[in-house]
Amino acid sequence: MPHSVTPEPAAPQEDVVLPDAPASTDTDSSSASDETPGSVKANGPTESDKENVKLDDMFDDEEDDEFSSSMPTSTEEPSQGAMPRAISAKFSDPEIMRAFYQRLFPFRYLFQWLNHSPSPTTDFAHREFAFTLPNDAYLRYQSFPTADLLRKQCMQLLPSRFEIGPVYSTNPRDRKTLRKASAFRPLAKELVFDIDMTDYDDIRTCCTGASICNKCWSFITMAIKVVDAALREDFGFKHILWVYSGRRGAHAWVCDRRARELDDSKRRAIAGYLELLKGGDKGGKKVNVKRPLHPHLERSLRILREHFQSDVLTLQDPFLAPEKSSHLLSLLPDAGLSSALSRKWDAAPNRSSASKWSDIDTVAESGASNTLDTKALKEAKQDIVLEYTYPRLDAEVSKKLNHLLKSPFCVHPGTGRVCVPIDVERVEEFDPLSVPTVTELLGEIDSWDTNNGKAEDGKKLDDWEKTSMKGYVDHFRVFVATLLKDEKSGKREREGGDSMEF
Amino acid sequence: MLRQEFNRVDPKRRNNIDYKKRQFAQANFELQEYKHRLNFYAIPPTAEITLEEFEEWAINRLKVLGELEACTFRNRTPEETASYMASILDKYMPLRSNSSRSSTLDDERKRDHYSHFILRLAFSSTEDLRRRFSRLETMLFRLRFKDDDSRERAAFIDSLNFDWEKVSDAERKELGSELTAASGLGKWGEEEGWFKVEWEKVPELVEQRRVLLKRGMAYVPQREQMTLVVAEFTRRLDQNLEWTARALPRLDEDDRLSPILHHLSKSFTAPDISYSTSDALPGNLHPNASNIDALSQHFPLCMSHLHSTLRANAHLKHFGRLQYGLFLKGLGLSLEDALLFWRRSFRNMTDEKFDKEYRYNVRHSYGDVGGDANRRGRGYTPYSCQKLLTEALPGTGQNHGCPYRTFSPDNLVALLQNTGISDREVLKGVREDVGKQRYHIACNRVFDFTHKKEIKKVKDEGLWSASELDTILHPNTYFKRSFMLKHLGEERQKETNSQDAA
Ligand SMILES: [Zn+2]
Repeated sequence: MPHSVTPEPAAPQEDVVLPDAPASTDTDSSSASDETPGSVKANGPTESDKENVKLDDMFDDEEDDEFSSSMPTSTEEPSQGAMPRAISAKFSDPEIMRAFYQRLFPFRYLFQWLNHSPSPTTDFAHREFAFTLPNDAYLRYQSFPTADLLRKQCMQLLPSRFEIGPVYSTNPRDRKTLRKASAFRPLAKELVFDIDMTDYDDIRTCCTGASICNKCWSFITMAIKVVDAALREDFGFKHILWVYSGRRGAHAWVCDRRARELDDSKRRAIAGYLELLKGGDKGGKKVNVKRPLHPHLERSLRILREHFQSDVLTLQDPFLAPEKSSHLLSLLPDAGLSSALSRKWDAAPNRSSASKWSDIDTVAESGASNTLDTKALKEAKQDIVLEYTYPRLDAEVSKKLNHLLKSPFCVHPGTGRVCVPIDVERVEEFDPLSVPTVTELLGEIDSWDTNNGKAEDGKKLDDWEKTSMKGYVDHFRVFVATLLKDEKSGKREREGGDSMEF
Repeated sequence: MLRQEFNRVDPKRRNNIDYKKRQFAQANFELQEYKHRLNFYAIPPTAEITLEEFEEWAINRLKVLGELEACTFRNRTPEETASYMASILDKYMPLRSNSSRSSTLDDERKRDHYSHFILRLAFSSTEDLRRRFSRLETMLFRLRFKDDDSRERAAFIDSLNFDWEKVSDAERKELGSELTAASGLGKWGEEEGWFKVEWEKVPELVEQRRVLLKRGMAYVPQREQMTLVVAEFTRRLDQNLEWTARALPRLDEDDRLSPILHHLSKSFTAPDISYSTSDALPGNLHPNASNIDALSQHFPLCMSHLHSTLRANAHLKHFGRLQYGLFLKGLGLSLEDALLFWRRSFRNMTDEKFDKEYRYNVRHSYGDVGGDANRRGRGYTPYSCQKLLTEALPGTGQNHGCPYRTFSPDNLVALLQNTGISDREVLKGVREDVGKQRYHIACNRVFDFTHKKEIKKVKDEGLWSASELDTILHPNTYFKRSFMLKHLGEERQKETNSQDAA
């Protein structure tokens, strides 16, 4: 087996991106700019290895340090809610996992997705994969020339899940044999986002911890809509794959070449652009934005307003409890108004959040406060809508080129559910609780085979086509095909015309 | 290419340059007309300069960058920095506008151009130096950009040929209030001109949501142009520094330049400012063997510490004697007085022993004895802060060096308290400075505190320019400035009598 299994078993955190690869230099040495004197250029990027030895020695240490110190700590909470521990254990059963990788996992499309071309390229071959093994050991810097070899490895090691990292400048498996470590640096990776329900715990009332229901899933739905709109309309990205994380969140993979090649400072810029809520759980105002609202926030507010009314006020009833409604009052800009409302609500302890929300305007219009600034009130109400609906991203995940993220179509070891793509066109219809589990899917294959038996004439079906995976894999296939088409025309442009430097 | 470039610096080699090369150099040189005050430093210098110019220009630039860094260490606001730097720049690196019609324009721009490239070489070797150099050069560029003549600045930007698309009136109308809302300009924005650039060019503005984004393009208001230009300056400089770093090992072969470059890179924190006895000394200063005790109130900590050690022990070890003796020489103490001073100070020593073991050394350091070179050079020059900060640490029983560096923080504070400094803010600042290895900043902090009243006076009454209050980098500068500040009235009277002192 290539490379060492890590000595200390460690369980990666759920849905959290695993720690990074070696320190990277983001300089894209290939994009030579015009003003550089010709002969320096000649001495520069093309210069051979031996000149950088000193610099590289420096990086080498760092790499080792980071590698050893970057092991995730064991923070996985005991899974609760949807699946009792005893049942969940069976999802990682070796036979089930073997059958899953052998019969269901769409390796071919995964390969095309990461390879950006039908025939093998370094986009795939130099891509890092990281495996979490059944004994919880964590195996980094794996790479595979073809989809078949990845599949073989999966069937051999039976990882409970695997993650996808960046494309490196050289094969990740060779990184230790390189004389200069700077020859091993991350070049590209999809821009990724992670939305997790834990970040909504202070405003959801239906569930806690790892469990979710359809009521709180709507927070994820809103977040997907807002982030997706910004990525497409503002940044001009086209190839955005949304994936269910298997339990209580969603991931986005932005696959446009322009996104894949972003350095850390630009990834940070996007994360910052999308980030809005500041401050921890200790109360206080989480939204502080200037007026007029930035068009991105204006659009987000348009999307979110409706959800606020139906999914938040009605379904979550977030201002029902006295301490929650006093938080609401603390966000209003006028003391007179707040105390009038407070008196009213004290008299009606069970008043619903929707009623309380409309009370604000009613009481304001009744003239309860003579200091009221209606513009300030309107803005405060907008801020409240944003606080209770605006996406809560785990921004750190998005900021680093060399972060790893769980692959689509993995099985979540706690729930057994497959991390299926979410069709953003029909995001409202997505129901995480009806996503098939690995055991259900294997059952579906069996019953299909029983019903259709050997009688099937004509072409042979892939096993996933016999199951409820089919719709998800089809969606992924179309997504990948569209991406490849764009890559092809983009490549022609790059090779034919002038440079793509921007 | 760089190598060839700097080879030409060596006067001895000039004759070896063949006719062809001369032609080439000439042709290149003609390309380097300095049409603009500002420079992106795209083209490396090609003309010949002497080694003396090479070093002098580099040290002047280093002084400027050091002062800029000191401003950030001391948390000066951009406005404070600009006004402080104005006279520093005027003194060390004046760079006038075309409209000044100064006859030295070309020379100033040439120095600016060459010194930038020399320091680029000196500071490209490590990641840390590159980062600092890039940050300080960017600050310098921004400073000059801001105070550039607006028409000349516009011409400079035109010359850079950025492909920034101007937003047409039609598109501006179509975008309407979105444009102004995004930039936060409000009504102001209606008059504003706008550029359209790939958002990757302005990541900071994107991160802070200060621009409108549409399909990957950022709409940047004219007034943010500086952000664009400065970001581009940094981007290109960083890239060029990487390339220089890779070309550097070749340059190292050049045994005449590498010592200078090495010396320069060591001088980054505290530029090596030489201090010669011919520098104007206050006319009312008459140091002699009997008044050193009185004068020692103006000594920096490194020297007052040696002085009190000498008084306490009636002896100083070799390096302490050398450091202190040269400092006194720099004060203008004559050889005769120096001999007398040391003889008296070693009060437990016989005349015979003194004459045998010490007299010669004192004379040697004054150039009174020794080889031709020593005599011609009038002995040794007083040590600069840079020298004290980079030499080996003192062993047991030795007291030389810079106490800010050689003392533990607790002992340092005790030493300062012994000299009468008990202000808690100052001591806290000193602890922070030395914790960050900013020893010269700590020393300057103490100076500013102990001369607070006088500094305020010369500033308020406009007696001294800011460059006369620049960061102290030499123990003798410390003394001289302290002495002059504490003798303000007398000094001015003297000055009118002895104009030639200046
Ligand atoms: Zn729920």
